[in-house]
Amino acid sequence: MVQKLDYLKETPSQTAGPYVHIGLAPGAAGFDIYRQELGWDIAGPNARGERIRVEGIVIDATGSPIKDVMLEAWQANSEGVYAHPESPGEVEEGFRGWGRVITDFETGEWGFDTVKPGPVPARAEMGRSVRPAAEEELVDTYGRGHAGLRQMAPHINLWIVARGINIGLNTRIYFDDEAEANAKDPVINLIEWERRRRTLIAKRTMRDGMPVYRFDIKLQGEDETVFFDI
Amino acid sequence: MPTPAEFYQRDRDWHPPANTPVYKTSVTRSPQYALLSLQQSVSEITGPTFGHNDIDPMDRDLIHNYAKDGSSAIGERIILHGRVLDENARPIPNTLVEIWQANAGGRYRHKKDTYLAPIDPNFGGCGRTLTDENGYYFFRTVKPGAYPWRNYVNSWRPAHIHMSIFGTAFCQRLITQCYFEGDPLIEKCPIVNTIPGLPAQAQLVAALDMNASVPLDSIAYKFDVVLRGRRATLFENRL
Repeated sequence: MVQKLDYLKETPSQTAGPYVHIGLAPGAAGFDIYRQELGWDIAGPNARGERIRVEGIVIDATGSPIKDVMLEAWQANSEGVYAHPESPGEVEEGFRGWGRVITDFETGEWGFDTVKPGPVPARAEMGRSVRPAAEEELVDTYGRGHAGLRQMAPHINLWIVARGINIGLNTRIYFDDEAEANAKDPVINLIEWERRRRTLIAKRTMRDGMPVYRFDIKLQGEDETVFFDI
Repeated sequence: MPTPAEFYQRDRDWHPPANTPVYKTSVTRSPQYALLSLQQSVSEITGPTFGHNDIDPMDRDLIHNYAKDGSSAIGERIILHGRVLDENARPIPNTLVEIWQANAGGRYRHKKDTYLAPIDPNFGGCGRTLTDENGYYFFRTVKPGAYPWRNYVNSWRPAHIHMSIFGTAFCQRLITQCYFEGDPLIEKCPIVNTIPGLPAQAQLVAALDMNASVPLDSIAYKFDVVLRGRRATLFENRL
């Protein structure tokens, strides 16, 4: 005999299916219906900071590109502020920090233009009753990882859905020109296998004067991307 | 401004796991390593917000939002309505709900769908709306048809409407599918059966709602959506 807790259960996830474009990117499905589709302009015209492009491909267990995937990006502006009331600070007019990305139906290549985000605050220490973590102590005794650190390296949060993906996959894009910040990042340092940390780091090249970061995602198999339960 | 706090952990036994051989496509698209559990930070507890400037009122009426003037989509006219709540049973206001679906014959308006049922020239198949201050939403549409797909040789999807919901945080982001009470195809569906438990499956079946039906016009189905709930900040805040 016990009292009943009255929490509701979260609605279970189902795959987005092969026709996700109809709902979330109807132009790509082949028809024009809305005054404006959402998510095609992540940073807006007034965003400060470095304009960048991020490109990649999502690869399945057989090594083949996935051509019906949709990704959503969520990022802070160049000063590390998210366009949300619980992120302290202001963002530029027109900066939403959220975008939708679909692949080329023939090649599976995807890409989006944005600004490079700044570092954002990390979680606070575990509590005043716990001794502060030393500066060099990246992961605490219990592997909780966030103790004592004040910042996370610049990153873009990604959410990936597709036919065959039963529940959206969360990962993060970090930047290879932020080696020092990445080395101290509490989330990267949570990944026990150093070899796997590389799967979260996009590689920078220049094309026509614009920085382009390459970020390939492997759903399964050798060098499987690190995905998070957030 | 509410005090930032974490969201309850996702019950991964309630959701479908990644690798579900009954749904064949999941086999090569499922991570094999365990997900890395992350204590939430500002990156997870924030998320995009939307307003009435982003959408039009007509976007929620799928019977007319792609129809030529004076025409309407073919099919059984329905109202799909309900509330978006969190696990604490609190309504989530002003959140974006987007839907997409096949037409009454089971055909999608998509260049990759080649099923032999015809396209309805007056039906696009997508809609979107914001929940009101009580977390309430509604759409007007036609009931989608069942259609065959390649999983087993003779697999059929039950009638369903795809739904995408945001909440207030990126960690609440959810895509799911809404089924309809009484459909005998539900229990046979490999995609429904990726969900391990019958109670969780039942949560995806919209109830016939005669009270909300409009006599001589449209029949109604009620579909409530629950997104992750949030802790109260009883103790010191670590975010």
